[in-house]
Amino acid sequence: MRFGVVVFPGSNCDADCYHVIDKVLAEPVEYLWHGDRDLKEVDCVILPGGFSYGDYLRVGAIARFSPVMEKVLEHAAGGGLVIGICNGFQILTEVGLLPGALVRNPSLKFQCHNTRLRVERNDLPFTSLYKKKEIVEIPIAHGEGSFVADEETLELLEKENRVVFRYCDENGEINGISNPNGSLNNIAGICNEKGNVLGMMPHPERCAEEILGGLDGEILFRSLAGWRQGGDVA
Amino acid sequence: MKKEFWRKMGLSEEEYGMIKGILGRDPNEVELGIFGVMWSEHCSYKNSKAVLRSFPTTGERVVQGPGENAGVLDIGDGQGVVFKIESHNHPSAIEPYQGAATGVGGIIRDIFTMGARPIASLNSLRFGSLKSKRSRYLFNGVVAGIAGYGNCIGIPTIGGEVYFHPSYEENCLVNAMCIGLIDIKDIAKGVAQGPGNPVLVVGAKTGKDGIHGATFASEELNEKSEEKRPAVQVGDPFMEKLLLEACLELIKTGYVVGMQDMGAAGLTSSSSEMASRAGTGMEMDIAKVPRRETGMTPYEIMLSESQERMLVVAKSGAEKAVQDIFAKWGLEAVVIGKVTDDGYLTVKEGDEVAARIPAKALTEMCPVYAKEAKKPEYLIKAQEYDLSTLPELGDYGQVMMTLLGTGNIASKEWVYRQYDYMVGLNTVVGPGSDAAVLRIKGTNKGIAATTDCNARYVYLDPRQGGQIAVAEAARNLVCAGALPLGVTDCLNFGNPEKPEIFWQFKEAAAGISEACRTLETPVTGGNVSFYNETKGEAIYPTPVVGMVGLLEDISRVMTMGFKDEDDIIILLGENKDELGGTAYLSVIHGLEAGKPPSIDLEAERLIQRTTLALIKEGLVKSAHDCAEGGLSIALAECCIAGGLGADVVLSEEMKASSLLFGESQSRIIVTAHKEKMEKVLSRLSINKVPYKVLGNVGGEYLTINGSGWKVRLAVCDMEEKYRRAIACYMDM
Repeated sequence: MRFGVVVFPGSNCDADCYHVIDKVLAEPVEYLWHGDRDLKEVDCVILPGGFSYGDYLRVGAIARFSPVMEKVLEHAAGGGLVIGICNGFQILTEVGLLPGALVRNPSLKFQCHNTRLRVERNDLPFTSLYKKKEIVEIPIAHGEGSFVADEETLELLEKENRVVFRYCDENGEINGISNPNGSLNNIAGICNEKGNVLGMMPHPERCAEEILGGLDGEILFRSLAGWRQGGDVA
Repeated sequence: MKKEFWRKMGLSEEEYGMIKGILGRDPNEVELGIFGVMWSEHCSYKNSKAVLRSFPTTGERVVQGPGENAGVLDIGDGQGVVFKIESHNHPSAIEPYQGAATGVGGIIRDIFTMGARPIASLNSLRFGSLKSKRSRYLFNGVVAGIAGYGNCIGIPTIGGEVYFHPSYEENCLVNAMCIGLIDIKDIAKGVAQGPGNPVLVVGAKTGKDGIHGATFASEELNEKSEEKRPAVQVGDPFMEKLLLEACLELIKTGYVVGMQDMGAAGLTSSSSEMASRAGTGMEMDIAKVPRRETGMTPYEIMLSESQERMLVVAKSGAEKAVQDIFAKWGLEAVVIGKVTDDGYLTVKEGDEVAARIPAKALTEMCPVYAKEAKKPEYLIKAQEYDLSTLPELGDYGQVMMTLLGTGNIASKEWVYRQYDYMVGLNTVVGPGSDAAVLRIKGTNKGIAATTDCNARYVYLDPRQGGQIAVAEAARNLVCAGALPLGVTDCLNFGNPEKPEIFWQFKEAAAGISEACRTLETPVTGGNVSFYNETKGEAIYPTPVVGMVGLLEDISRVMTMGFKDEDDIIILLGENKDELGGTAYLSVIHGLEAGKPPSIDLEAERLIQRTTLALIKEGLVKSAHDCAEGGLSIALAECCIAGGLGADVVLSEEMKASSLLFGESQSRIIVTAHKEKMEKVLSRLSINKVPYKVLGNVGGEYLTINGSGWKVRLAVCDMEEKYRRAIACYMDM
């Protein structure tokens, strides 16, 4: 599996994603420059966290117009894997690969801390090595991570089983207390219909080494690395 | 020239005379403005230089001492840690968000100017009482500003300290520290060498913001300070992120001769300092400086403190290559002049000469003053206060809960949860510990860092307080398993023209010096911030010590939390009957008096080295320093961090309040598995380190048994109080 990490001006988790794939997984990885219409034939595109273009307008609203995004859209349309983490998730909703939007946390503050997530699906290339309903700990770090969507969209997401991660408590319960940012239905991550595009607010790359406090995020990258090339996506 | 004009520039009559002497003529307005900022305390250190010379600045690990944009220490394998702290107090007191944000931006630039990749930020903050609405406003804005800048640029904010005291009510303190990592062979310096080499302005465009910020920082705040809001710059972390990546890419090409951040005094300080260091001159055409507004005068362009700009001296012929790199990042790089060999800073606008001054006149030739120092009256009264008459309050558990819930002791979670402290994938120990710890990728090493100052001690005895600030910083690093390496300091004081303030400054600096010598932590740079006063009242003297340490083996990293049931709790050091200057006196009795705790620097050093050896050998499982609130609060913190209770006996014949809340120095609480206890104790005996076995870890309560008294508190209750206290104030 060849990975590509997109570098937008203002991306700041690009090097972190690259590090995990290169040093922890020892898989091939390339940087993909925002201004190039070239995905360097990678199998999985990562849109990393950060503040693309400073995020002075609506988050992700400018990044979606980058030349590289044309190719990312084509890649996704052809069934190629795409994962957007944090700012990457925001960009995926702006470019229309995923529904809904990420808005300001109700606290009106940037929030950086660990969260518990329940893995709702393990039949995806991103989650195949998790157990179904497994409770994992992955940190968030965002000011605008509250997932919202209109009622119809929300219903569709639930009906089509497209919620991949939900904020939960230590028993896996989904409730207000375990919801750090007011996301509807405690949604932390969703996928598209075909299951080849994932967007999530928590940062799996931040818990992919024991010394940094856990391996729960490494499982996601290992799932991807082990996904057989050209394999069917659910 | 009218007197009002040079007065407005902050210059004295003597200084104006000197300037005339240097130039051999009357200066014009532009020249006077340039002298005004360069001879301001903020840029010249004219009032502090003589005192700062006493700091130890050399050592086998010192690669770069004071005088450059940041200090550098050797951490082995050809790598260096680059670090510096700087104040942004006055801007933050006027405009908290932007003041703090640009403070962070400025110190980050100081680090990557050296060619280092910034890997972490810390800070040290002071505000008035949490009960004051204005203090909460400043606190909220400053924290948001630090978060806004640091999170966006993607440099983790891994630690720091926050204190509240009425003396900071109008004049909050915002000290920002940044740490970078570099291959020593790649260090870039702020030198303009090689006459004929091109000088480029890179990064953001120049605007009218921040004009005279450095002069503003060198006077007291008053009712009119609000009018100086335009002297506060506006930060753009996105621009700085681009500038950071472009500069680091540029340095790798080898085309850079010298580089300097345009911080305080902007183009003026960067050009004159770079030329002065290299013994060269510089000629610039400011008509070529990219501007974001029209109609700017030479004076405004030279003194603008617009952020996110750098001055680069490149190798001749490399102009295009430099410009290509900046263009890739969407940034401008414009040649505005060249290095000359005449020693003059020549500022032209087109063909017109706007200013012509010897570069060294702005730096080395600035006058140095030895200010009058006088021991303040308040000290004698405060130190002589008879503490033996204090009533002994019976309910010590209640006192502990009160202390855990005061802003200065309570968890700073409300603050650091707003900071991205993880980005970069190096944070092994984040905020909320004795010291933060970063791993260094590709090695087994780690760096620990902390900022410390107990200003109450400094107020009550500046020399001892200065010593303790250094000792405590080092102790915090040791508790994380790191060997303390070196110091950057941020010396925040009132108006140095007052002999009492200058005495505080001199004494505190002497204390820092003494401690740095004994603990072998040289000072590699820092910052002095005077004139921290409002309406004639000075802040508590606050010499903040930023310190970095090295872990040779990151797997030996240590934290404060109790680890396992039945582990043995051992106190290294001695409990003394010392209540002067404690949090207990201040919070419970409303008193800030007495002598602060005594410190024996040799004993401190012995305890630190011994603790470090125990950690390195894997003999102990936790380590925590005793600080504000004393032994009882330190034990509570170990319990809260570990989620475990403890059963402790304090058998000494001493007043319970002193035993529980006294803040005697040089004490560290460690825990060990019971099978390793004998070995630990024998090490302590061999090293002649005084110790006491206090009890053992376990259960859900912290129980402290004294002679005739007992404290028993549920860990969950203490945690609730400790974690919620600041949020309770701020979410009001």
